[in-house]
Amino acid sequence: MGKKLESSFKNMVLVLFLVTLVSSAAVGVVNSFTSGLIEKVKIEKQIQAIRAVVPAFDNDPMAEKQIVKADGGELEFYPAKANGQLVGTAIKTFTNNGFSGLIELMVGFTPDGSIYNYSVLSHKETPGLGSKMDSWFVKGAKGDITGKTPGTQGLQVSKDGGNVDAITAATISSRAFLDAVNRAAKALAESAK
Amino acid sequence: MNNWQTFTKGFFKENPTFVLLLGMCPTLGVTTSAMNGLGMGLATAFVLILSNLVISLVANLIPDKIRIPAFIVIIAAFVTVVDMCMAAYLPSLHESLGLFIPLIVVNCIVLGRAESFASKNKAIPSMLDGLGIGLGFTMALTILGAIREILGSGKFFNMTLYNENYGMLVFVLAPGAFIALGYLIAFINRIRKTN
Repeated sequence: MGKKLESSFKNMVLVLFLVTLVSSAAVGVVNSFTSGLIEKVKIEKQIQAIRAVVPAFDNDPMAEKQIVKADGGELEFYPAKANGQLVGTAIKTFTNNGFSGLIELMVGFTPDGSIYNYSVLSHKETPGLGSKMDSWFVKGAKGDITGKTPGTQGLQVSKDGGNVDAITAATISSRAFLDAVNRAAKALAESAK
Repeated sequence: MNNWQTFTKGFFKENPTFVLLLGMCPTLGVTTSAMNGLGMGLATAFVLILSNLVISLVANLIPDKIRIPAFIVIIAAFVTVVDMCMAAYLPSLHESLGLFIPLIVVNCIVLGRAESFASKNKAIPSMLDGLGIGLGFTMALTILGAIREILGSGKFFNMTLYNENYGMLVFVLAPGAFIALGYLIAFINRIRKTN
């Protein structure tokens, strides 16, 4: 190996400047041709989540998005329409009460306010426990919430006097899940008034 | 040390997880399943190879006193590039690993190899060193992830082996990571001593 560059002040400033310049240029170049794709992937994911939770529709719910403020956060309403008729509303909702913080859900409601389906967008719950929420509350499963109408009252786990079975050994995650669902239902009921 | 030894030492003699005990944070954090361990290991290996290559090429141009910040900037740039490419071209993989990719920057294995090997060696051995250490890390994470997944949730690479309800949940949680890793290190040390 050859001789090392001397650690003089001028050398250090110059080299560090060049290293950061080249690195940030490289990151910038990669960003310029991936950012569009990443955006597309995100939108595609969002549409898929909406499609999974409401009946078949033929409009563009993304274009008709409405933002509703609730409990210090924002809920996103995506109205789904078929032939101009409202067939359901997908609501992107959240809770901060998860066992490990934030949980984001997409919950679909039919126009009469009952739950059609839901999908979990992001969570940090314990693998094998709270993470079961993506299959626990679906149609036919133990904690089935589809067809229920939370309204402004909200759903509760059976431990708290409600009629939804909590995930075994993950009551906190289940309560948080219902908290997110209830937040969406309440906002929906209030917007309908 | 010839090239072959440079490559193979990462698997056993200088395995980053079991022998050097480097990079414990991602090791304990992400190995809840064999798949997570494998993915994290491969992503780290990829960054290791590239950063070792670049650092071995530019090492002589970097004055000694600022080598650490310079190395970190180079490594962080590679990690960001990997993260963005993965999000754009492999969205499903990015979804399961997304959380761990930025963690590679703070993984001391990468900086450790840059400092102790790549900055003193030529390009080809540095790449082999990155490949060997990276695959050794991958192997260790996959083994640890598999043990935790089998004991904790009764699965292996998501294939069910037995009813999940009989799994020892503690192995999926943090304490199980320490217990499993402790026994694995004891086992590896035992083999090393007898050799």
